[in-house]
Formats: sequence, C-alpha cells, structure tokens
Amino acid sequence: MTAADRAPSAPPLPTEPIRMGFGRGLLEAGRRNDRVVALCADLVESTQMHHFRDAFPTRFFEVGVAEQNLVTVASGMAAAGTVPFTSSYAAFSPGRNWEQIKTTAALNDRPVKVVGSHAGLNVGPDGATHQMLEDIALMRVMPNMVVVAPADSVEAEKATIALAADPRPCYLRLARDATPVFTTPEDPFVLGKGRVLRAGSDVTLAGTGTMTWQLLAAAEALASHGIDAEVLHFATIKPFDADLLVSSAARTGFVVSAEEAQIAGGFGGLVAETLSEHRPTRLLRLGVEDRYGESGAPTEVVEHFGLTARRLAARIAEALGVTRADG
Amino acid sequence: MLENARSGHSAGPLGMADLLAVLFGHSLRHRPEQPGWEDRDVFLLSNGHTAPVLYAAMAHTGYFPTDELMTLRRLGSRLQGHPERTALPGLENTSGPLGSGLSQGAGWAQIVRDLDGRPDRVVYVMMGDGELNEGNIWEAAMYAAKYRLGNLIGIVDRNFIQIDGDTEDVMPLGDLAGKWRTFGWHVVDIDGNDIAAIVEAVDECRRVTDQPSVILARTVPGRGVPYMEHDHTWHGRVPTSEQADIAVAALTAEGETR
Ligand SMILES: Cc1ncc(C[n+]2csc(CCOP(=O)(O)OP(=O)(O)O)c2C)c(N)n1
Ligand SMILES: [Mg+2]
Repeated sequence: MTAADRAPSAPPLPTEPIRMGFGRGLLEAGRRNDRVVALCADLVESTQMHHFRDAFPTRFFEVGVAEQNLVTVASGMAAAGTVPFTSSYAAFSPGRNWEQIKTTAALNDRPVKVVGSHAGLNVGPDGATHQMLEDIALMRVMPNMVVVAPADSVEAEKATIALAADPRPCYLRLARDATPVFTTPEDPFVLGKGRVLRAGSDVTLAGTGTMTWQLLAAAEALASHGIDAEVLHFATIKPFDADLLVSSAARTGFVVSAEEAQIAGGFGGLVAETLSEHRPTRLLRLGVEDRYGESGAPTEVVEHFGLTARRLAARIAEALGVTRADG
Repeated sequence: MLENARSGHSAGPLGMADLLAVLFGHSLRHRPEQPGWEDRDVFLLSNGHTAPVLYAAMAHTGYFPTDELMTLRRLGSRLQGHPERTALPGLENTSGPLGSGLSQGAGWAQIVRDLDGRPDRVVYVMMGDGELNEGNIWEAAMYAAKYRLGNLIGIVDRNFIQIDGDTEDVMPLGDLAGKWRTFGWHVVDIDGNDIAAIVEAVDECRRVTDQPSVILARTVPGRGVPYMEHDHTWHGRVPTSEQADIAVAALTAEGETR
C-alpha cells in the first residue's frame, strides 16, 4: 500500500511527530556510515538526537546553547571528512546562525546538515518567538543548499538517510506536534522529486511539510462539493520539481499552495515564481500572511491561521467560486 | 498557573522567585500603574522561558490583575508563552531565544547615561546560566565593560541546570566569577534564595558606578518544591494537578514560617 491509497476518510491513522522519524533516520545513517557525526545545542531529546547519542557516544558532540558555534564547528568537522548533522529548534538554527551557515557550509561547500525542529505554528503554546515561519524563505534563497520538509515521520526517516548520503549542505525542516502518518515505508523518496498523492482535474493543491496531509483531507471535503482536486507533495523544496507543478497546473488551470510558514518568500513564493515564469496560472497561496504566530494549543493555533483541512477546504472552495463549502 | 497552562517551564522560575520578589517589590524604581514612566529603572528578562515568574511578579505588584495569570499560554492571552513586549504593557522586551538580553540592556544603559544624562536610571538584565553558553552574552560583556556602564546590572540565575543536564556537563562554565572579572565586571556572588543577601547585593551594585556589575545568584532550581529541587528534568515540565497541590502546600507552609 502507498500513501496514495490511504484516503483521509479511512479509519484514523496513527500519529507521530515528524521529528521522531529524523531520530530513527539518523540512527540508521550512523549505522550505515561511521563518518556520520551529530552535534546538538542543548536540545538532544526534543530534537530526537538521543538515539544516535546513545548508540554512538564518541560521534556525538554537545555544544551547549550556542547555535553559531553549532554549525561552524560542524563545518570544521565536515572539512575533516565527516557528515555532520546539527540540531536545534528551527527558530534558532537556521534562525540565529544563517550567515554562518551561508559562509561556512553553503558557500564553503561542506556537507553540513542543518536540522531545524519545531518549525511552524504547531509549536503552539511557546508562542511567536519559537514558531519559525521564515525558514523556508531564508534557506531556499541560499545557493548550494538543499531544503527538505517531510510530510510525516516515515518520510522524515527516509529523508534523513537520503541527506546523509548526499554530498551537499542541507536543511531539514521538522515539526514538534504529532501528525498523521500517511506515507508508508514502500513509498519512494527521491531528493528533488515531488509526488502526486491524488490525481484530479479541477485544481492542483501543492503542499509541503505538515500541510500536505491537510490538503489531502481538504481534497476529500472538496470532492463532496463536486471539486476534483489533484494533490501534489513537495518534500524537497530545493531543488524544486518544477516540471511536476507546471504539468499539473497546465491540466487544472488553478493552483493552491499551502505551508505552515510565511507565504512571502516561502513555498508559496516558490510556486508563484515557478508558475509566473513557466506557465502563468491562477494561484491561491495559503500559509501565514505577513504576521507572527501566537500562543495557544497547537491545533487551535493552526486553526486560527486557517490552515486545518476544514478551513483550507472552505477557502479553496470560495476561491473556486463554489458556495456553501464549509468542509 | 503552569499546571493550568499544561506546558511551560517550572524549575527556573521557582528558583528565581526570590530574586524577582526583591527586584519588583523593593529594588526597582517603577510605577506598575504607569508602565513606561520615563524615570523608571528597566528590567529585561533575557531568559524568556522563565516568563511565569516575571508575570507573577508583575501581577503581584499591580501591573495587571492576578486573575489573568491563569490565561498563560492560551490563545489570545496577553501572557504569551515567552514574553512579548507588544502584548503586555510593562514588558520591556520580547524574549525566549536566549542570549540577546544583555546587549539590549547595554544599549539602553548607554543611552540613558550618555545622551539622557540619567546615570541614576538602572538597567537590570536577568539571565540563565545555561544561557551564558551563547556568544552574544560575552560580546555584550565586552561592550559594557568598554563603556564602563555602571548603570547596568546583570543577574545570573546560577542554578547549575539547563535542558540537557548539569551546566558543568553540558558546557562547563567553570570559574564564572573569574570570567566576568576578567571581562571587566564587578562581581557579587550570593545565595540567590536569601532575601537579605539579594537586597544587599543590589545595593552594592548600585554603588559601583564606573563598571558594570553582575550578581551571580546561586539558586535552587524548583525551589520550595521538594520533588523538583535540583532536578534538571523539571526545566521544561509542568506539574500534574496532584503534583501542583503538593507544590502549593509546600510553598505555602514555607511562606508561613519564613
Ligand atoms: C537561542 C536559544 N537556543 C535554545 C533555546 C532552547 N532553550 C530554552 S531554555 C534552554 C536552557 C537554558 O538554560 P538556563 O538558562 O540555565 O535555564 P534553566 O534551565 O536554568 O531554566 C534552552 C536550551 C532557546 N530558548 N534559545
Ligand atoms: Mg540554569
């Protein structure tokens, strides 16, 4: 069975935080390659690095609350022939140490893996300072950087293993809160490739990270209003699978992007750039619109910003001119 | 408050309660009914995750009704999970990401002393000890010493814990007093849960006007709640309702004998 067969309407799926897949993937990457090392900035369990630390204590390094040191030490370790994974919350890495990442990892071309956990609104009660919404924009403009935002924990595990084997500097965006596990171990994961999770002809729904599942569920709600939506998932934001998006847009004539991040410069920005250059298409960008997050329970905050399946479906239906579509 | 919010940080705030009680109840020149009063001393919380103790100190000195404390971390609350200056009058800075408070304090102290001619206005900056891992703190330490910012007082919650464990295991701070001294600061090392010692330390720092001062306040994380004291796993956990009852009972009993 693959993700495409798992309709959101089927019995409830198990849920798990996306970061847990990273923890397992890093452990596996460590088993496959003894030059994989890990560094953390005082958030070992939150970022799920403890599995690796416990299995490979001599290849794990605690840098303390020091994100600039985190990535620059990693750059030195990469220069010495290792593949360093660094982890913190996305708000601080790459939030705080962007220039160090740019100069010492990306421009310097060292395979430093920047893992930003707790990205997006679903950090909930911690509030705006901890809800990293600008990271997609920040990281995708950095030449040489690979940017990946898995949709669930199973995909995060595969992405981590793939990034460990890739020679480029990478940014891996993870989330804190438990979300449905809807991809399966059999689903393919190819860096740089998007996937069609649901075929449809009326509208293209393009998601990344946690929003892909919400779009799949929204597509079901839209189906009950006679709208046949195609759902695309882009785990890799950079390099971007423009062909997949453009060919779908050519068929449906209407694109919706969704992300748990600022649409300005973010995934929505990427979709807008791609379409306007290759195939101008009507576009609705859903995400956070030029404001900061706030405290509240995780799903409550996501709902507040209009990014749950129900709210997404209603906004998409409205944009398509379908009335009475409250999901 | 934390039990009710069901998320947040317990150990740090409890250990810092005596410090904030002295500052807000005694040392700070401030007018809770008039936030932004131009003659006030400034208090910056750099270790923003300890917001609950700041909110408690503010509520109990009259910045806002104590009832509101129960809205901590709720959608729409002025008491955001980490302090947001624009959400609540009386907050002087937005924080949570660690390491930025001392620099803001240095900038503020510099202007009130040099451009406003008000060296009597004191800027206090509260920091965590794990927070001192951040390079930004030491950049500020050099800056403040260079300009001899005598109206800047740093306070370090020296509780020896951070998220991943004991501060001396995670990233050893070693001779912390010696470090600040070589950076050019006046250092006072005290028991941060001794009210009289805190009062005296602040007074001493206020008398030092030709260099910045730092109070290394040795506190007990989870202070007053036996099952939390010194246990780093309480850094970012909140009590269940039974645990909260035990905590409140222990703190109340101690309050009555103190
Ligand atoms: C820049 C930054 N990095 C990481 C964190 C996550 N974090 C929150 S509190 C904390 C530990 C800080 O230790 P300390 O200042 O001693 O606080 P205590 O545990 O004593 O309350 C960390 C790493 C953060 N808030 N900001
Ligand atoms: Mg501490």
